[in-house]
Amino acid sequence: MKLEDLLAQKMTAITKAWFQLVMETYPPDGSRFLKQEENRFANPVGSTISQELGNIFEELLNGVDSESISPFLDRIIRIRAVQDFSPSRALSFIFDLKKIIKKELGSKIRDREDYDELLKFDSRIDLLAMLAFDIYMKCREEIYKIRVNEVKNRAHRLLERAKLICDLSDEEPDFKDDKLDGKDMEFV
Amino acid sequence: MSSELPPELADSPKPKELMAIDYRPPQQPWMETPVNFKPGNYCFPTKAKNLRVLDMPNPREWAPEEEDWKLPENWMEIIREGMKDRLDKYRSFKLFMDICVRCGACADKCHFFLGSGDPKNMPVLRAELLRSVYRGEFTKAGKILGKLAGARKLTIDVIKEWFYYFYQCTECRRCSVFCPYGIDTAEITMMGRELLHLLGLGINWAMEPVANCFRTGNHLGILPNGFKDALDFFAEDAEEITGVKIDVPINKKGAEILFVVPSGDYFGDPGTYTCTGYIMLFHELGLDYTWSTYASEGGNFGLFTSHEMIKRLNAKIYAEAKRLGVKWILGGECGHMWRVVNQYMDTMNGPADFLEEPVSPITGTKFENANSTKMVHIMEFTADLIRHNKLRLDPSRNDNRIVTFHDSCNPARAMGILEEPRYVIKNVCNNFYEMPENTIREQTFCCGGGAGLGTDENMDTRLRGGLPRGNAVRYVQEKHGVNSLACMCAIDRATLITVCDYWARGVEVTGIHEMVANALIMRGEKDRQTDLRGEPLPGKEDEEDV
Amino acid sequence: MGASFSLLTVLVLVLLAFMGVRVAGWDPLFGVVIPYTALFVFLVGVVYRIWDWAKSPVPFRIPTTCGQHKSHPWIKGNNIENPSNIFGVVIRMALEILFFRSLFRNTKTELRADPSPRLIFGENKWLWAAGLAFHWSFLFIVVRHLRFFTEPIPFFVGLIEYMDGLFEIGVPTLYMTDVVILAAVTYLFLRRVVIPQVRYISIAADYFPLFLILGVAISGVLMRHFYKVDMLRVKELATGLFSFHPVTPEGIGVSFYIHLFLVSILLIYFPFSKLMHMAGVFLSPTRNMPNDNRKRRHINPWDYPVKVHTYEEYEDEFREKMKKYGIPVEKE
Repeated sequence: MKLEDLLAQKMTAITKAWFQLVMETYPPDGSRFLKQEENRFANPVGSTISQELGNIFEELLNGVDSESISPFLDRIIRIRAVQDFSPSRALSFIFDLKKIIKKELGSKIRDREDYDELLKFDSRIDLLAMLAFDIYMKCREEIYKIRVNEVKNRAHRLLERAKLICDLSDEEPDFKDDKLDGKDMEFV
Repeated sequence: MSSELPPELADSPKPKELMAIDYRPPQQPWMETPVNFKPGNYCFPTKAKNLRVLDMPNPREWAPEEEDWKLPENWMEIIREGMKDRLDKYRSFKLFMDICVRCGACADKCHFFLGSGDPKNMPVLRAELLRSVYRGEFTKAGKILGKLAGARKLTIDVIKEWFYYFYQCTECRRCSVFCPYGIDTAEITMMGRELLHLLGLGINWAMEPVANCFRTGNHLGILPNGFKDALDFFAEDAEEITGVKIDVPINKKGAEILFVVPSGDYFGDPGTYTCTGYIMLFHELGLDYTWSTYASEGGNFGLFTSHEMIKRLNAKIYAEAKRLGVKWILGGECGHMWRVVNQYMDTMNGPADFLEEPVSPITGTKFENANSTKMVHIMEFTADLIRHNKLRLDPSRNDNRIVTFHDSCNPARAMGILEEPRYVIKNVCNNFYEMPENTIREQTFCCGGGAGLGTDENMDTRLRGGLPRGNAVRYVQEKHGVNSLACMCAIDRATLITVCDYWARGVEVTGIHEMVANALIMRGEKDRQTDLRGEPLPGKEDEEDV
Repeated sequence: MGASFSLLTVLVLVLLAFMGVRVAGWDPLFGVVIPYTALFVFLVGVVYRIWDWAKSPVPFRIPTTCGQHKSHPWIKGNNIENPSNIFGVVIRMALEILFFRSLFRNTKTELRADPSPRLIFGENKWLWAAGLAFHWSFLFIVVRHLRFFTEPIPFFVGLIEYMDGLFEIGVPTLYMTDVVILAAVTYLFLRRVVIPQVRYISIAADYFPLFLILGVAISGVLMRHFYKVDMLRVKELATGLFSFHPVTPEGIGVSFYIHLFLVSILLIYFPFSKLMHMAGVFLSPTRNMPNDNRKRRHINPWDYPVKVHTYEEYEDEFREKMKKYGIPVEKE
């Protein structure tokens, strides 16, 4: 039997174990809620992670197509990127999959051939990890961009107004005396 | 199996070993888990100058990450006295310290807990941070039995924990809705913050606005000329779009109505469009009203500081209404401002017996529910106008918007103004979809940046807290193609942009009166080409290109 | 630690009563002195605690609003979830106290399509149901016990007894409330141990009353069904207590004294504990006030003047700017 078929057979068990491991990265007192509450609005973290892990694994069986797999990864990493995890801890869940697969398939791996296939699949997970790094960085960059935007946004209209006055005053020198007196620019 | 296997695999850890790896943080009781101040997760402390302006105690420069917070020598005594004082003054505080049975119903109702999984973000535990000290200092059982009675000693670590977690609560009251005894964590957080302020511990993003507001009349410290300039600028903008020349009355004595908005409305986008919307609406009505530079802030960051500070800042509104001789007061789209108006203003700075019971000059409607406070919510005012057919509206001008409505915490849970905004929205736009039931109305989720937390240095925390809201927005975005999140709160208008950018990219945040003004057909207006944001109106996209 | 400590304490209490009565023969102590003391502590304690709360004023009207407020006549206000008058408040409080309205809010059941359609009942629904079952059966049991203190027995006591034993299982009849309270308390205990987030927040003060009440209920059931006691003599003792002519009839049976002792401890413990929520819920300012602040002014009894920044001070600082920009001022 091909490894992919084996994995497909074991899909439910693997994704379930995977989800459990991810949940263990949360404080135990909070993680039970995250694991059990199924309403996607009452528990966005747990429900998103549970759903997208399944999607990722399903995609992984067909190889790593970054286009189709990225949105799923993004949803999970987007959450973990703001959750007070170090980067390594935020992404460690990718490598958890290797352990889970070995545990699930351990007894089925009998010969060199199986083992090679397993190694191939492992390298898919490595690819997934690299993709995850990219996404994590993108999320963090977004956060910094958002921070900058907020600060800019606060001052934006002010700058715009200041500019507007300058523009007008270039054409109308009279206006300038009135308003472009540097001291009066202190709106704030 | 091992004999046939390549050595690499044989060496790899056995499943049992793998599963034995403990990913969980060490399990220890919450009282023994100290706070770790990590960038992105806490707010910067207030600068000493803000406290000095306000005559607040113990101003100094300090940093949360540092070991030494430079607390005053007698800090324990200050906290003890402060707690005693408040226990004697507030039944809510005393009762909420005593009657919690720790049933856990509130645990999963907090947006910060939902987004982080941090157990100290469960409302019950946030309150226990204070309760444990209360038991240790004020109850017999706590003094004798100690930890067994859930009591603990007052230490510097406790103070640090308070600072961390009472500034991770947005006082949104969602947990209070579910509590069988009505315990309101907002009350507890307010007390916690009051106590911290006794030691000079506050956050800058709250205290700078407070200091500004005290001196200049608004949180942003905008001077009278800047205020006038901003409003004139919006009037020019509106004229450009509609062809209608609009006057903006400021500090006008004898006007019938004093109009007060949160300063975010005339300072930051997209609040400015809502502000333009007010001006256009009032002009169209021919309303005899005035703005004020002295009472140029409806919001009240005092609410995030102390009860005394609420009163100090809020006093300006009645004082200015009296000075200008208006008949009543109209308030703009704001969240916590309406908590203050509804719960505190009349008690603190009333009675407003120099004002008249508010009556709409356009429809003659008496706003009987505001007979004592004499302050009317603009959504009550506008809904009444629409109900009486006093506005000519073309909702198709908002056809580019597929709208959902975010109930802001305070109007929803500290006032209950749920239907008016929906009525107005449905009359000014054609596409409106509600978010899921357990995320709106009294169960609405906070934006994650209320109660003084809307700054940028705590962005990680804010985004975590904004996840439940963002998640619901994304749901209607995917299901109904929603592209606009309407709200009637200045803080929301600033913070939800961030929430949407991160969790539901592509959804724009809009105020309600921005949409009203877009739909409003004004007398003498030209053929409008754009909306208030300068974007082409639906159906006018081609003309724009020509 | 809290749980085992609490359990141990209750067991020690049971042992104490057993030894005291069976070995030492201190019947008057356990049958008269302690019950009197307990009743005294309970009454004085509860009154004191309520007075203590009540003497802290309610400076602001701060109801948590859970529905549409009363504004325009054409918008339907929700007078129960957001009361605008006393009538609404009474209904709101009644729903809260009799049916745990707020806790019930948790309990939305939903049909889930994924992976297979099924109805989900959250843990919170069980909390509400168990809480309600516990409190109501406790009340019924207390009322039922009135038969021991009153002569003639009020009709409603008989009625409740009759309803309670409607199933007529066993002799003497098994009361439904006994079964319900045992099940409910067991559930309330188990959820504290099993659910990590609830275990995390639980302290000894949460476990102790649960074990104590469990002890009271179990000893009650035992003395009715297993280690039968002489009910006539129990009534003799009880009426003696309430008519202030205390007697301790011979041969009541030790299980009764254990029951009575645990009840006494519960009464003594009550005013010092979270059990005071029974009285506290009536005083909760977020629930027991109408949301009519803008219509009726609320008075803060300790209101004091604060330092404000007056308009005059403001204009003095900014007058020149205001004049320059054509903003009207008071003093030219």
